[in-house]
Amino acid sequence: MSIAITTQFICFIILSLVVIIGALGVVLLESIVYSAFLLGGVFMSVAGLYLLLNASFVAAAQVLVYVGAVNVLIIFAIMLVNKKEDLKPINDIKSRRVISLSICLTLLSLLIRVDLTNVWRLSSPQNSIGEESTIRIGEHLFSDYLLPFEVASVLLLMAMIGAIVLARRDVMSKDISTGLPVDQELIEKSSEPLLTNKN
Amino acid sequence: MEYGLDLEYSFNEFLKGFGLSSEIAHIIWLPLPMLLVLVAAVVGVLVTVWLERKISAAAQQRIGPEYAGALGVLQPIADGLKLLVKEDIIPAKADGILFTAGPILVLVPVILSWLIVPFGQNLLISNVGIGIFLWIALSSIQPIGLLMSGYASNNKYSLLGGLRAAAQSISYEIPLALSVLAIVLMTNSLSTIDIVNQQSGAGILSWNIWRQPVGFIVFWICALAECERLPFDLPEAEEELVAGYQTEYAGMKFALFYLGSYINLILSALLVSILYLGGWGFPIPVELIAKFLNLPINAPLIQVFTASIGIVMTVLKAYLLVFIAILLRWTTPRVRIDQLLDLGWKFLLPISLANLLITAGLKLAFPQFFGG
Repeated sequence: MSIAITTQFICFIILSLVVIIGALGVVLLESIVYSAFLLGGVFMSVAGLYLLLNASFVAAAQVLVYVGAVNVLIIFAIMLVNKKEDLKPINDIKSRRVISLSICLTLLSLLIRVDLTNVWRLSSPQNSIGEESTIRIGEHLFSDYLLPFEVASVLLLMAMIGAIVLARRDVMSKDISTGLPVDQELIEKSSEPLLTNKN
Repeated sequence: MEYGLDLEYSFNEFLKGFGLSSEIAHIIWLPLPMLLVLVAAVVGVLVTVWLERKISAAAQQRIGPEYAGALGVLQPIADGLKLLVKEDIIPAKADGILFTAGPILVLVPVILSWLIVPFGQNLLISNVGIGIFLWIALSSIQPIGLLMSGYASNNKYSLLGGLRAAAQSISYEIPLALSVLAIVLMTNSLSTIDIVNQQSGAGILSWNIWRQPVGFIVFWICALAECERLPFDLPEAEEELVAGYQTEYAGMKFALFYLGSYINLILSALLVSILYLGGWGFPIPVELIAKFLNLPINAPLIQVFTASIGIVMTVLKAYLLVFIAILLRWTTPRVRIDQLLDLGWKFLLPISLANLLITAGLKLAFPQFFGG
């Protein structure tokens, strides 16, 4: 079994490195398109970590939902509204950075504390359900987790209706934010061309 | 139902005969099926390209490729060689990294999905428990590669093609998954092996196509849309978008797109034959033939016969579907983008939802026919 364990360990190291470096890249890179694609890579690596934990159904669901739906929609939205505009420089950028850094560090220390103080119950390899997990997840979703499951679907429905109301200007005669009458013409095109001066 | 050749077991036993430990034997075994499937996929593409050329020629009353080998069978190899030696061009204002990563992201998930395609009881790379769900998940990665290459090309036709591909793929994935769900409901399992075994009771009569006719049609339409074949080839509509997201690509990178689209077509045809046409099953059950010949089902002769019949039947069914797809491509006009989205969201989605509901109802009413 030693070869299997070694392979698992190497995979774990690679996947963790990809998750950490990719997540840093999502936050730190200047180009929003790169960030979006890196986010997809991070989601994929998290799916790989699930696979290492023998949770193949969760891994596939992660790929389907996060990479196939969420990330594609994020990239789609970025490419549709890729408007080049000059952002105004923020004057007190340094103090803002210090505040956000301290908040992030506090959250990190909280997580580390939870990790250290919690007693993690590891199921032995004999007790792991592996391929059975699909059935087990289904049973839970339709018994004790039925209410959260249904409430989540109502939440998604609300978000969808909201998006439709915002997107269809003919639903309301007044703009929600400005109170001005809405022009019923076509949504004006971005005045600048989509892809220019990319180096 | 556990019959059929177990090649892995025999191979490991063979290596152990040379005094190797079972671990080493397993490691030597691992790459072999993958390599075999990769070769099978590429050969399948060559055959499909040749078929496409010949059938399109017949549809247009031409002869088609004729001089490269007998009946032009070497033409796809010549095409491939040409693409291999062509210069690899990255446009000056394109984004080099994304431009290179795009085609790879398109091809890799498609090839990975071959993991779950069974050609016989034990003739597949891995009988993973999530089976068909793995394919649905992997095929949802593809639009990212298309968007990536469309964006990186720095060309408006490419970007439009990439956006169209992503929109199309997202819209048609939902009815596709719902019609697969109806099959899974009948099988009580996600594994492709179980799906085929569930259809193997009475030969051609027990195939899922008779129990899921609506699902079959919805799945086939969605599979064609996912492969971006005509009538759904909007992402690369030649008359409007030059070649969509492939416009700026040349050489091997273009070849990756080309391979990817054809491997995807063969994969979809294989999956239709597995989900709806009984997979490796012969129209007459093999048990009946064995009984007729007075041979036990475990006799070596019958086993070899079953395995070879299995491979032949799977490939035959798949290529029948590929033939239909090619005929469709050369005889139907392209739909408009609004028609495409209408068909997906307002027609196929409600129909596949109703199909799922009716399947669930029938499963409760007639458990012996629709899987208890």
